[in-house]
Amino acid sequence: MTVVQVATKINGDEVEFICDSSETMLDVLRDRLHLTGSKEGCSSGDCGACSITLDGRLVCSCLMLGVEAEGHEIGTIEGVADGAKLHIIQQKILDHAALQCGICTPGIIVAAKALLDKNPNPNESEIRFWLAGNLCRCTGYDKIIRAIMDAAREMRGD
Amino acid sequence: MRYEAPVTVNELANLLSSNDGIVKILAGGTDILVQMRSGAIEPDLLVDIKGIDAMNIITKNKDGYQIGASVSCAALNENVELKQDYAGVCEGAGLIGSAQVQGRATMVGNLCNASPAADSVPCLVAVGATVTVVGNDGATRQTAVENIPQSPGLTSLGKHEFISSINLPKKPINTGDAYLRFIPRSEMDIAVVGCAVCITLDDEGVCTDAKLFLGAVAEKIIIVKDAVKAMVGTMLDDEVVDNLEKSASKACSPINDKRGTIEFRTKVAGVLAKRAAIIAYKRAMNKMKQ
Repeated sequence: MTVVQVATKINGDEVEFICDSSETMLDVLRDRLHLTGSKEGCSSGDCGACSITLDGRLVCSCLMLGVEAEGHEIGTIEGVADGAKLHIIQQKILDHAALQCGICTPGIIVAAKALLDKNPNPNESEIRFWLAGNLCRCTGYDKIIRAIMDAAREMRGD
Repeated sequence: MRYEAPVTVNELANLLSSNDGIVKILAGGTDILVQMRSGAIEPDLLVDIKGIDAMNIITKNKDGYQIGASVSCAALNENVELKQDYAGVCEGAGLIGSAQVQGRATMVGNLCNASPAADSVPCLVAVGATVTVVGNDGATRQTAVENIPQSPGLTSLGKHEFISSINLPKKPINTGDAYLRFIPRSEMDIAVVGCAVCITLDDEGVCTDAKLFLGAVAEKIIIVKDAVKAMVGTMLDDEVVDNLEKSASKACSPINDKRGTIEFRTKVAGVLAKRAAIIAYKRAMNKMKQ
């Protein structure tokens, strides 16, 4: 076991942590930093429940080592809301009842936000393809897609 | 496990040559971290190459494009000029995994994973791409992409060697490339069959050079020589395309599994060959008009 010290930025805050060199970013977030919003589903990059952003790019935190965060910027679900005020995407997920058990929801919100940040006006098919790496076993996806389309509309101010 | 993140190619070469245990390179990590998690490999030293600036960039020069080993497939597909010049290469790379995986996965990783079903490899071979291999003394050599995979999971790279970039040649005029794959669902799966075609035309629209490669239907990706012969000298009319379909099917020696039977993979190889050739031809025609 090799312990390493890492300095990074998470949701805009400077953060330092120590971890084992083989520990995933997901384990660091959940077990060391107590940011438990990112969920562990498959741990093999298939389900998207652990989605975060790395320098603005959507990635699975289970497919990244904690030590790789050194000098980079991480965005997690905990940084999406503005204090107590929910992000539009979060509000729309609630309004459309687009969640049941909720395990996939943080990953879906992080992924949807990453999409809308680079493409404010995606069509339904683009959203469905973008979210292909976020599995949901409850909703059947339709409400999620509608919520994101509604959020995109509101964010654009249409 | 020791983790190192060198910032120069020489440092990387030194690290690889001075360590005798199990040494693995980390770029996107989308294969190796899964393998480590499952216990399939337990490296003594993991060398992250993303700290080396040259590995993270795409450069265009008089010889073509140089794509650093840690350029993600997402970054590749954000390069508008590269996408125009090498549409097929970019679409092959763009098919690997989800948006999350695209943000990290690299073409060099896809190549070194040495799967015959690798989506980015057939088109790289079809367009004549090479890789720059760095040895333990820092000396470099160029070799064709098809020389790297040997059999599933095995590459021709020496113990202390690594790939620093993929090099795409300056594209000949009137040339189009395309890649298609079949998977049993719409996203997030591994090719049951993949097909890459690269076609060059003369100023009249007659094919002067062609390459057709199939993935996932043999131990390594295969060239379909009869299809190439069938295309050169033609304008890819219906009869030529039908022959192409037959020769692609004939060239297959696929495995039989639950995702695709031998019969199915053989049939689909022909269908994809036909469709990919038509797309590549149209792209070459469009280049001609520009």
